[in-house]
Amino acid sequence: MIGRTQTEKLLKRALSLSSADETEAVLMGLDEQLTRFANNAIHQHVAEANRYVVVRAVLERRTGASATNDLTDAGLERAVEAATAEAKALTSLSPENEHFPGLPQPAAVPQVDAFDEGTAGCSPADRARAVGAICRQAEEQGCNAFGAFRTGIHEIAVANSHGLFAYHPVTEADFTTVVMADAEGTGYATDASWRASDVDVAARGEEAIAKALRSRNPQPVEPGVYPVVFEPYVGHELILELGRRAGASFVQEGQSWLPGRQGERAMSPLISIWDDGLDRSGWPLPFDFEGMPRQRVDIVRDGVVGSALYDRARAAKDGTESTGHALPATNPFNPWLDAARYGPLSQHTFMGAGNSTLEEMIAGTERGIYVTRFWYCRTVHPRDAVVTGMTRDGTFLIERGELATPVRNLRFTQSYVEALADAEMVGREVRREWADPGIRSAPALKLAAFRFTG
Amino acid sequence: LKGLANLALDTARVRGATYADVRVIERREQTVNVKDGAVESLSEVEDHGFGVRVVADGAWGFASSALLDKAEVERVAALAVEIARASALALREPVDIGPPVTSTGSYRTPVGIDPFSVPPEEKIALLLEADAAMRGVAGVTTTKGVLTCLCERKTFANTEGAFVEQEIVESGGGLTAIAVGGGEVQQRSYPNSFGRDQRTVGWEYIQQVDLPGNAERIASEAVALLTADPCPSTTTTLVLGSTQLALQIHESCGHPTELDRVFGTEAAYAGTSFLTPDHLGTLRYGSPAVSLTADATIPGGLGTFGWDDEGVPAQRIELVKEGLFIGYLSSRETAVQLARLKGLDPAAARSGGAMRASKWSRIPLVRMTNVSIEPGEWTFDDLIADTDEGIYMEVNRSWSIDDRRLNFMFGTELGYEIKSGKLGRLLKNCTYTGITPQFWNACDAVCDRSHWQVWGTPNCGKGRPSQIAHTGHGAAPARFRNVRVGVMK
Repeated sequence: MIGRTQTEKLLKRALSLSSADETEAVLMGLDEQLTRFANNAIHQHVAEANRYVVVRAVLERRTGASATNDLTDAGLERAVEAATAEAKALTSLSPENEHFPGLPQPAAVPQVDAFDEGTAGCSPADRARAVGAICRQAEEQGCNAFGAFRTGIHEIAVANSHGLFAYHPVTEADFTTVVMADAEGTGYATDASWRASDVDVAARGEEAIAKALRSRNPQPVEPGVYPVVFEPYVGHELILELGRRAGASFVQEGQSWLPGRQGERAMSPLISIWDDGLDRSGWPLPFDFEGMPRQRVDIVRDGVVGSALYDRARAAKDGTESTGHALPATNPFNPWLDAARYGPLSQHTFMGAGNSTLEEMIAGTERGIYVTRFWYCRTVHPRDAVVTGMTRDGTFLIERGELATPVRNLRFTQSYVEALADAEMVGREVRREWADPGIRSAPALKLAAFRFTG
Repeated sequence: LKGLANLALDTARVRGATYADVRVIERREQTVNVKDGAVESLSEVEDHGFGVRVVADGAWGFASSALLDKAEVERVAALAVEIARASALALREPVDIGPPVTSTGSYRTPVGIDPFSVPPEEKIALLLEADAAMRGVAGVTTTKGVLTCLCERKTFANTEGAFVEQEIVESGGGLTAIAVGGGEVQQRSYPNSFGRDQRTVGWEYIQQVDLPGNAERIASEAVALLTADPCPSTTTTLVLGSTQLALQIHESCGHPTELDRVFGTEAAYAGTSFLTPDHLGTLRYGSPAVSLTADATIPGGLGTFGWDDEGVPAQRIELVKEGLFIGYLSSRETAVQLARLKGLDPAAARSGGAMRASKWSRIPLVRMTNVSIEPGEWTFDDLIADTDEGIYMEVNRSWSIDDRRLNFMFGTELGYEIKSGKLGRLLKNCTYTGITPQFWNACDAVCDRSHWQVWGTPNCGKGRPSQIAHTGHGAAPARFRNVRVGVMK
């Protein structure tokens, strides 16, 4: 971690090296450690210290971008030169980007404290002891535990030649486990927070062990349309898909479920989905990678479809304002997650809680399928949010209001929008999962109909 | 670099490591994205750093840093040992990586034209030309193009005496045309989906694929798909084009033959595998028409290199021979584990050379190299002529498979009806689904070498923290009987 003062000095140094019309410098810093375990033993255990400066140079409304993790003056100079040379090359070859509104002026960004010293100081031995306890507990129950426990520090900062400077340090802790009682009897649990003490590793381990023991010897069940009860982990997958495709780039390309539904009630009034980068129950990041303050965006409110998420360029195209959801111009930590590929992205997605318990949902189901989580979900028809995927780590038949036999994993092919139109109950408790980076938060759900296809 | 590498190894040894290796990597990547007639982004990434992997107290530890100076190398090597000692708090069996690896030498991707020597102006002009051709087609609503090139210089050394240096160069590019109308969105990509195809070659590959020359065709196909008939929901004969077969191989053969998955080390994330060791040498994975290999020496393959990230030489491994499952993708440690399980001498266990890390800050995992189907004897025209009724599907659009790699469903960008030995009407929203060994056992024909190409998959995810690997897949069109198609909603 290099801290606010050093970060400001570093980014201002980068800006000072530029002769472009406008210049932006973004710091993406990471000090992260992860303890991974399998078969009740730690098998991978890693640490990374890395920070990149991403530079955007603007000449005559064309932008070039570069990134480096050589933070010496020479490294910064090369990065600024590369971005500027690219922008210059574009001035003769590419038309002006008519939707590029220029780099932003300084804006008031709320401070959100999400840095926890205990999490920052978590040692390899701290994580190993927590993981070791789960492994021993699993072994005592005749199970095998698998998973990962990660802690780390992120530093994100944006500065530009208009005087904008925003800096946010944030810690991260996330834990995931899959427990196997036999080849097909598996259980799952996960949690994430900016505070390691919020993540109850022991409780999540117990949850996964109990689920694994209960899901031994699963039996096949005929595919078809069933009422379903979903644990909150399924909700994470639902809002991942619905939130991602609420990004303005997907909407503008017609690759989203929003067009034609905005302002209309497309889901049950019990359903609300939003993005909020300021909520401390998630993983707060109060500004985006252009330095714009993040705003809460209601993607679905009481079943009515709301707004898309915007960065400045996509907002200009639609004649609206940025909602503070820009990704970096280039992302050296994840080359598949940048502004060119995704446009603006929901990374702090929430589904609102209701007032039911899982027990009430099961009791209210005469015959249905209970699902712990989804796996490998992929969009089949983006306009209708039709997705195919598999159930995993604990799928059960519900009969006469009770959890009955475990069943073999099933493939589903289903419109999420249509499924959520038939939501009958929403859980009062929410669970979180790490969204790499970000946190998703969702409750359990009871839906009237869901289509399993194989 | 050699001095820093030796310092890392010495520090680890002094701190108590019984084994250590170090990778020092410099990487440069340049990408141009064009969208709707203008350059969306032009970027250049410079990245460098090193990672130290150790065994201490019988357990693994790994630490990495972007700072390449003496003090940091010492700190990181010591941290790797501290982490390994913490790992030993939850250890079942001490790590055994088998016989030593002592490779030395250097390797460089053979390149005709260095892609970094081509000025950005030329790349931009090429993409804008292709983009204009796509936008010239009425009904196209969004057009995209990408060109990317990458150069990675990698030094590997270990405490057993290995020291190898490699320079891997990649070039990739592609186009996407999107059309929207009537409640549908359809897209066509060239030469492959996921935005691009990519290979370990120079700029000559980009010249060869002729993006501008294929732009109008794919744009027209995207528009035509809007009004095409939907894929029928039925069980029929399926012919897969080579790009889609490449993905089928990746998901249903490549991943389940990764020996780390088999031993459960990916169980909490990517999953496990149905290809458990009791099936080795006995399971009829596919029909006699199906032979699959992992070959890290194929010229131009995206999984081609000189040595893997444990210093093991690139090699060719048979995975499935005439339908029989006979081999795995493996590492030093998993090769020893398999030998033990099979009652063989672990001291003689040899890695298949498939340990690959996505960057300096990641540990190597068992990854695909170039996992390919061996060519058959059919020409494509003869294969279609020999098919009375069925569907031809090509270019992936969606892909999903379960955590044991059995139950899959894939969608393609386009399909054509096959009727009386001829390709007929265009079909949209094509999907097919099946169970891996049943599917491959229903394969009765594979096209010949003239139709065989090594496609690149630059987006293979695995591991925690996540790693995105680059893998290659040689494939030719192939025919499958009695496949369920047209599952939509």
